Amino acid sequence: MAKYLLLKHYRGAPAPVNDVPMDQWTPEEISAHVQYMNDFAARLEKTGEFVDGQALAPEGSWVRYDGEGRPPVTDGPFAETKDLIAGWMVIDVDSHERAVELAGELSAAPGAGGRPIHEWLEVRPFLTAHPTVTE
Amino acid sequence: MNEALLRALTPRVLGILVRRGAGFAAAEDALVEAVRVWPDAPPRDPQGWLVTVAWRRFLDATRADTARRRREDRAEEEPPPGPAPSVDDTLQLYFLCTHPSLTPASAVALTLRAVGGLTTRQIAQAYVVPEATMAQRISRAKRTVSGVRFDRPGDVSTVLRVLYLVFNEGYSGDVDLAAEAIRLTRQLAAVIDHPEVAGLLSLMLLHHARRAARTAPDGSLVPLAEQDRSRWDTSLIAEGVGILQAALARDRLGEFQAQAAVAALHADAPSTGETDWTQIVEWYDELVRLTDSPVVRLNRAVAVGEADGPRAGLAELAQLDDSLPRYAAVAAYLHERDGDPETAAALYAEAALKASNLAERDHLTRQAARLNTRRRRRAGVEGGGSSPAGPFRRDGET
Repeated sequence: MAKYLLLKHYRGAPAPVNDVPMDQWTPEEISAHVQYMNDFAARLEKTGEFVDGQALAPEGSWVRYDGEGRPPVTDGPFAETKDLIAGWMVIDVDSHERAVELAGELSAAPGAGGRPIHEWLEVRPFLTAHPTVTE
Repeated sequence: MNEALLRALTPRVLGILVRRGAGFAAAEDALVEAVRVWPDAPPRDPQGWLVTVAWRRFLDATRADTARRRREDRAEEEPPPGPAPSVDDTLQLYFLCTHPSLTPASAVALTLRAVGGLTTRQIAQAYVVPEATMAQRISRAKRTVSGVRFDRPGDVSTVLRVLYLVFNEGYSGDVDLAAEAIRLTRQLAAVIDHPEVAGLLSLMLLHHARRAARTAPDGSLVPLAEQDRSRWDTSLIAEGVGILQAALARDRLGEFQAQAAVAALHADAPSTGETDWTQIVEWYDELVRLTDSPVVRLNRAVAVGEADGPRAGLAELAQLDDSLPRYAAVAAYLHERDGDPETAAALYAEAALKASNLAERDHLTRQAARLNTRRRRRAGVEGGGSSPAGPFRRDGET
């Protein structure tokens, strides 16, 4: 059993097949899209493969330490940042093949015209916390 | 009710209820009900009491109107009552929970729940998934095996694979899965006489014996060569070796016995230098013959490097597919031993990128850093440099 992150990008992923910005969709198409996502998560809960799913606001700031006794420095947001994460789902599955299969299903979420978006999702394995004890 | 007692009795009672014809899920519900009414003054025969009360609860439930049709169906499906099968109920429960129709993750979860008696919450914590997810995984698994008949013995090798998976998960949070796997394997060894069950139990004990020495206080890995061997648990080693010897004497060698033999040779040696690497290579030859696994061949290359020198190890390595997990780590170690720290450092760095867990990645990164730092110091001031460390090896491997 292994955990995978299915990473959804606002920016930085290759262009999807059905590449229409969401603000150009109809409200019904947006509802259908959200419903698809919720149903997908609910289905994974039933199969015992769901761990977590979160969405992120597109805008954030950069923060760094600025020395003892000083408040952290903040900067941004940087409009030119190439890679922008939109959200993720964490799954716990039996194999990499299964992770790919599920990412494929998630990528089929409907978009403009009710057709699948075919968006690119990034599939990243978790590093496990402990090494296995034996070979 | 005392948790240890409950967990010891759970598989036996469930096994008896299922053999008597209760569905798996219904048997478990009935047992939960029985535990709920456990008397303050403990009965003299706790198992008998649980079976009696749980069976009554099961009958009550099936007599209920809503369950009537189900019961009638079952009556038709069931073979006529006759003498109880002679196979042990506990053993059947192991076979049921590791049935080949289950995915490995489901088999693990169901085994820990039904045979191990852990709570769903404990299992969820151990595998770091939400409790609701684990609950679904377990209830699906129960449904999957609910139609399985208890009419012929299962395959013990599937049980062993599941217990091995549990053992390898180690320990995180408050559930020690390695210790749990040992407990379940001991229990299995008590109900079935099979050299590979003994082999797996021995393997687990020999690895468990080294656990304290395997991790530094900061959580980093300590490779076998650098472990403080005085911290190995000698009583577990003695037990593991004894079990292995008895198993090997029966002359039905299997994968787990051969792996345990390698572990026993490590446990027996006062240091890596005094380890009988030639014999370890021979056991790897047996393992290659038994499993034909590329991972085994990779471990064998390390052992050859110790027995016949790093050049010999590199020659073995050259015959393997370089996409194997840990190939780069093994190559790094052998190149370092062969006096080529530059190649070794690059390979350690590459191996770190490919590592699948944090402790291993950190260990490999440190190896690369150690070699690179020494090289920089040599280029500046002569001197410095620590002795070469072992490769990352999952403890006990070669």
